[in-house]
Amino acid sequence: MAYSNKVIDHYEHPRNVGSLDKGDASVGTGIVGAPACGDVMKLQIKVENGVITDAKFKTYGCGSAIASSSLVTEWVKGMSVDQAMQIKNSQIAEELSLPPVKIHCSVLAEDAIKAAIRDFQQKQGAAAGPAGDSDH
Amino acid sequence: MTQQAAKRPIYLDYAATCPVDPRVLEAMLPYFSDRYGNAASRTHVFGWQAEEAVEAARREIATTLNADPKEITFTSGATESNNLAIKGVVEYLAESGKKHLVTAVTEHKAVLDTCKHLERHGCEVTYLPVGVDGRVTPEQVAAALRPDTALVSLMFANNETGVINPVTEIGAVCRAAGVLFHTDAVQAFGKVPVDVEAMHIDLASLSAHKLYGPKGVGALYIRRRKPRVRIAPQIHGGGHERGTRSGTLNVPGIVGFGYAAKLAREELAGESAHVLELREHLRRRLVTEIPHAIVNGSLEHRLPGTLNISFAYVEGESLLMGLKDIAVSSGSACTSASLEPSYVLRAMGLDDELAHSSLRITIGRFTTREELDFVADLIAREVARLRDMSPLWEMVQEGIDLRTIEWTPH
Ligand SMILES: Cc1ncc(COP(=O)(O)O)c(C=O)c1O
Ligand code: FES
Repeated sequence: MAYSNKVIDHYEHPRNVGSLDKGDASVGTGIVGAPACGDVMKLQIKVENGVITDAKFKTYGCGSAIASSSLVTEWVKGMSVDQAMQIKNSQIAEELSLPPVKIHCSVLAEDAIKAAIRDFQQKQGAAAGPAGDSDH
Repeated sequence: MTQQAAKRPIYLDYAATCPVDPRVLEAMLPYFSDRYGNAASRTHVFGWQAEEAVEAARREIATTLNADPKEITFTSGATESNNLAIKGVVEYLAESGKKHLVTAVTEHKAVLDTCKHLERHGCEVTYLPVGVDGRVTPEQVAAALRPDTALVSLMFANNETGVINPVTEIGAVCRAAGVLFHTDAVQAFGKVPVDVEAMHIDLASLSAHKLYGPKGVGALYIRRRKPRVRIAPQIHGGGHERGTRSGTLNVPGIVGFGYAAKLAREELAGESAHVLELREHLRRRLVTEIPHAIVNGSLEHRLPGTLNISFAYVEGESLLMGLKDIAVSSGSACTSASLEPSYVLRAMGLDDELAHSSLRITIGRFTTREELDFVADLIAREVARLRDMSPLWEMVQEGIDLRTIEWTPH
């Protein structure tokens, strides 16, 4: 299968590989996927004054999965949490020209950013006192 | 990095197919140009020449198997040979009420899908499991036999792992029970000795392109005495190949197949020792230089040129992408249309994660040590790079047991 140039670029030069401090209250961590499925994505965001100031990822998965998560970390930096929540897998798939069999890799990246935001919001809620919301 | 290694992709996928040996190509060429006769033409010299060439090839293949030339039927390849062997025996024995087959879960799809087809038409099939070493035991076979068993079909060597079954012992079990034994010998033929007499083989599928011959030509060995095996033809027509397989013979292909078999037989001892030495060099480098590199399946009972190895916590397709100047294959789901990891590795009890992380590297006649050193360096570098990017590797470094985590499979 031929990869798009953008997938190859992100695979060869992944942006924002790494980890942020999970314990930091301003950091949200999302881990999605499963080793048995062949893909696990960890995406972290740092939020200051409602704006995402940093993002890091680590991905176990195919080149398209690595590229999807790398791209998302680039996109979310500078976004508000609400804006980041709006990212759709179809935008990722379009930007990277993913073929149909690789759409699920972009879905995983969307799930990862949403999971990271939820984690951040939960931490904030917990810090602000007993939060009412709990979707877990 | 050598000049040569840098310029062209390195081919390490000999189990998928081989380049045609230049000597084989040379032997074939006249049969495309001057000697283009139809081997079935009995009325002129063009036909006689072609027939003679086909019979010479048949003798070479028979000799390589320790068989009689009359026992060789040419086909379009091993997929057809497997279909012909299994469907042919079942159809021929149908009236006797024998409708049970024994095979294994790790067989090639050409065997498994043929069996599935026959199940839809009233056959019963026992799919034997394999051990962690990838092998079926003769005891398993003996226990699976029934009074109505028509055929046991078990491969000589597996295409993904190179693991070799105890063929002689399985053949003996079948012979003692009076049950026919078919083996898909595609990967083994020409790489290790295949002797239909010593190994009690009744039918064997062969393919030219795994042995430095051309694609699209193969053969089925069908035993003629003790016991005489009868099969119902699956392709009907002009009655070629004694009525067993109709269709104008692929003369240049068959000539190439015969010549490839001759070369393989004459050079087998030297070549397999050389290929084994190369593979072991690569294997030793990989397992000593890369932590958590695990060889899949029996190392002892294995084709000399095949290495199936998992690099834990690195997904196979992403690794292949990093090995872009190297032609190898992976058991990763991401490389398959079905998004399922290798059924062969899973059947051996491998964790899905390790199956996703596997590479199949096959070494052959034209592989050099220099190429393998280049490949070992590159794999070590890419595995390290991808592990730096792997959340699983990070967790393992932190001492987390991955099995204790609640994943969110999708
Ligand atoms: C074990 C095995 N059986 C059968 C086949 C099919 O052979 P062919 O390509 O000649 O149809 C192959 C090769 O793909 C194989 O490896
Ligand atoms: S992670 Fe498996 S196809 Fe992308």
